[in-house]
Amino acid sequence: MQTFRFLLSRLAKGILVVLAIVVFDFVLIHLAPGDPAAVMAGESGATDEAFVQQLRTKFGLDQPILTQLGLYLWGVVRLDLGFSYRQQMPVIDLVMDRLPATLLLTGAAFLFSLTVGVAAGAWAAAHKGKPLDRLITTIALVFYATPLFWMALMAVLVFSVWLGWLPAFGLREVGGEANFWERVLDVARHLVLPAVTLGLFFTAVYVRMTRASMIEVGRQDFVKTLRAKGLSERVIQRRHVLRNAVLPVVTLAGVQAGQMVGGAVMTETVFAWPGIGRLMYEALLQRDYNLLLGVFVVCAAMVVVFNILTDLVYRLVDPRIEVSS
Amino acid sequence: MSDTPDIPVLAVEKLAIALPAGADRLYAVEHVSFEIRRGETLAIVGESGSGKSMSANAVMGLLPPATRVAEGAALLEGTDLLKLDAEAMRGIRGRRIGMIFQEPMTALDPLMRIGAQIAEVFEAHGLLTPPERRARALALLEEVGIPEPERAIHAYPFQLSGGQRQRVVIAMALALDPVLLIADEPTTALDVTTQAQILKLIRDLQHKHGTAVMFITHDFGVVADIADRVVVMRQGRVVETGPAAQVLSAPSHEYTQALIAAIPTGRGAAAPPPAKEVVLAVRDLTKTYRSGGGLFRPARVVPAVKGVSFELKRGETLGVVGESGSGKSTLGRCLVRLIEPDSGSIRLDGHETMGQSAGEMRLWRRRMQMVFQDPYGSLNPRTRIGRIIAEGPIAAGVPVKDALRKAGELLAMVGLDASAVDRFPHEFSGGQRQRIGIARALALDPEIIIADEAVSALDVSIQAQVLALLADLKARLDLALIFITHDLRVAATICDTVAVMRKGEVVEMGPAADVFGNPQHDYTRRLIAAIPGRAEGDAFAQAAG
Repeated sequence: MQTFRFLLSRLAKGILVVLAIVVFDFVLIHLAPGDPAAVMAGESGATDEAFVQQLRTKFGLDQPILTQLGLYLWGVVRLDLGFSYRQQMPVIDLVMDRLPATLLLTGAAFLFSLTVGVAAGAWAAAHKGKPLDRLITTIALVFYATPLFWMALMAVLVFSVWLGWLPAFGLREVGGEANFWERVLDVARHLVLPAVTLGLFFTAVYVRMTRASMIEVGRQDFVKTLRAKGLSERVIQRRHVLRNAVLPVVTLAGVQAGQMVGGAVMTETVFAWPGIGRLMYEALLQRDYNLLLGVFVVCAAMVVVFNILTDLVYRLVDPRIEVSS
Repeated sequence: MSDTPDIPVLAVEKLAIALPAGADRLYAVEHVSFEIRRGETLAIVGESGSGKSMSANAVMGLLPPATRVAEGAALLEGTDLLKLDAEAMRGIRGRRIGMIFQEPMTALDPLMRIGAQIAEVFEAHGLLTPPERRARALALLEEVGIPEPERAIHAYPFQLSGGQRQRVVIAMALALDPVLLIADEPTTALDVTTQAQILKLIRDLQHKHGTAVMFITHDFGVVADIADRVVVMRQGRVVETGPAAQVLSAPSHEYTQALIAAIPTGRGAAAPPPAKEVVLAVRDLTKTYRSGGGLFRPARVVPAVKGVSFELKRGETLGVVGESGSGKSTLGRCLVRLIEPDSGSIRLDGHETMGQSAGEMRLWRRRMQMVFQDPYGSLNPRTRIGRIIAEGPIAAGVPVKDALRKAGELLAMVGLDASAVDRFPHEFSGGQRQRIGIARALALDPEIIIADEAVSALDVSIQAQVLALLADLKARLDLALIFITHDLRVAATICDTVAVMRKGEVVEMGPAADVFGNPQHDYTRRLIAAIPGRAEGDAFAQAAG
C-alpha cells in the first residue's frame, strides 16, 4: 500500500519533470541558429526565398514560437512526437525503431558492469592488501581513467582486427539465411565489444565502491555478533556483509540506469550500432528539430522511469527506507 | 552437561595476549587467571584499556587480527580453547559459549528479519529443520520477554528499541543453551530502567539454565547487582579477585579502593547556594518534531519539549535527567538555539532572546556555551587544539594572537599542558578531550555552560576528575551550569537543583536532595529504584557499618 502510494506520487512528479524538460529543450533548440527549412533548401540546391518560406509554412515554422510549443506539448501528451520531414516518417516510429537496439546494448552493459564490478570488488575486499586486491584495484583504476572512445578503438583493433574473434561493428551480419538461434548468436557476438566497452567505466566504479563498502561493513559491530553465533566466514561475507555493502552500489547503479538511453552516443557511433544515440547525432547534424526533440523527450522519460525503478529496488533491498522516506 | 561441579566451566590460566609491535605496551593482558563455575557470575571490572574485553575475545576466539595469544590456556570444561583450530572454535562459538555485546543498536544485521537472525544460530551449527528453527526462534523471543513475539519475529532490527534488540541478542546467545555466557558491557548503552530489566533477564535465565556468566563491566553498581565473584583488572593485569561482597565493601588493593571511591555517591551537595540573581529564565518552552508528511501521507508528530519552565541563578547547577527520548538533549539545544524552539520564552539576564535574528543571536550566544557528549566526535580531527579553542573568540573579533595566547591559558586552567595548543585531537585521551571541550566552551567567557552528557562516555575515575574540574571552574568563574545526564548518580553528586524529564515534560523539579531523597513523582521513584547496585549497595553499607 505504501509502495503503491509512493509510486503514484513519484509518477505524478515524474510527468511534471518530463513536461518541464520538453519546454526547456524546445526553447533551447529554437535558440540555436539555422532552421531545418534553410538546411533542406540548401541541400536541394534551391536558393529561392519563396521556396524556403513555403517549406517553413509547411512545417509550421512560421507560427509564433509559443503556438509551436503549445502544439508540440499537446502532441507529447497524446504520445505524438511530430513528423520528421527529413526521414518522411513519424518521429515516434523512428524512435521506437531504434530503441530496442539501444536498450539491448545499454542493458547488456549494465548487467556486465554490475555483476563483474560487484564480484571483483567483493573478491578484492576478501583479499584486502594482498597481490590479488592490488591487481584488481589497479585494473579498475586503468579502466576508470581511460577515455571511452579510445578504449572502444583499442577493443576493435585487438579483438576484431588482430585476433579476428569478434565483429567490429553493426548489430548483425547483412543478409544470409539463418534460423532463430543462429541469429541470436550473431547479435550476441556483435554485442560483446560495444557492451563491454560501454560498461567498463561503471565496472571500475562498482569495483572500487563494493570493495570499500565491504571493508567498511566488515568492521561493523554486527559482524562480530555473527561470528559469536558461530557462522562460517563464507556465510558472513556473502549473506550479511555483501548484502549490506551493496546498498551504495544500488545508488550508483541508478545513475548508470538513468543513462541507459542517452548515454551511448559515443559507443554507438564507434561501433556503428543502430541505436538512439546515432539517431540523435544524425538528427543534430541535419537540424531535424522534431526528431531531435523526440529523442530528448524519450531520454528524459527513460531517466525518470529508471529513477523510480531504482528507488523501488532500494526499498526492496533496504527495509529501513519504507519508514524513513 | 557437566555433572562434576568441581570442574570449573571456564578456567583461564596465565593468559597473555601480545599486542602488535609499536603499541604502548607489549602485552594487552598478562598473567591473567580466573575460574567460573556452573551457575556463577564472575564480573571482570576495569577501566578502558584494562584488557577486560581482550580477555573475553581471546576466550571466544575473536581476537583482533594483529593480536595473538602469547601464552596460557583457556579450559572450557577441560578443553583448551586456545589450542583449537578455527573450524573447531567456530563449532564452540554460539553452541558452547554465547556472547552479548555493548552496543545493541548495531549488534544486529540491519537488513535481516529478527526471526531469520535467530534461526541462523541453529543453521550455523547444522541443527533442526527450517520450520523447527522458526518455532524455536519464536519460543526464544517469548522467553526473553519481547512483546508480541509473533510480530517481532518478522520485524527488522530498526523497528525495535535498544532494550528489545539487546533481548534479541541475548536470545541468540542462549539459543543453544551454552555452558558459558560472555556479556561484554551489555547494559552500558542502555537507559537505567532498561538496564535494570536486562540485568534481571540475564539473572533469571542464568538461574533457569545454570549458565556460567562472565560479565564485563566498568560499573560497580552493576557488579553489586549481578556478580558472585569479582576480578578487578588494571593495565592488563588482575589486581584483585574475590567474592563480590568482600571486594565491594572491603577492597584490599588501592586501585580498587580508588575506583570505588570515584563512583558518584549520589549524596547531594551539602549547602544550598546563596541566592543570587537569575541569569536564565525559561518559560513554556516547546519544540515539536514533525517528520514524514508529504503529498500522500500524514506527518508524524513528536513533542520533544513540552511547556518547560525553569530559572537558573548565577553559580547554580541545574541537572536535567531523563531517559533517552525524554527530550533533555533537545532542551539543551533549544536553549543555545542549535534547534529553533516552536514557542516559549528564553530570557537571558532579563532580555528576551526568542524571535531574534541570527545576527542578534550571535551577540549573546557566546554567553551560553555547550560541552558535548562525545569527546571523539566533537573536536575537528584536522584542526590543532589551539585553533579549536580560539575559533570562537576569533569569530567574535578577538585578534588571532591574543585568542591563541588565551587558549594556552585556558588549557592550563583545565589541567592540561599549555603546549597542547599545537597538537591534534587524536593525540589526547577521552578525558583530556573533554577538558579541551570545556576549555573551548570557556574561551568566550560564558555565564552559562550547558554540558550535554559531558561525562557519560568516560571511565569512572576520569569522570570523577572532570566533574571535580567542572565544580571547581563553576566556583572560580561564578558560572551557572546546566548538566544534562541520564546518570542519576552523577546528577545527585554535582547538581543543586534537578529537573526530571519524561516525554518532553518536566515531571518533577526541586533541590537535588529533595528529589532524590524524597521523590514525589512515580516516574522519579522508578528511575531511582532502577539504579544498579542501590539495594545491595545499601546492604553493603549497612554490613560494613
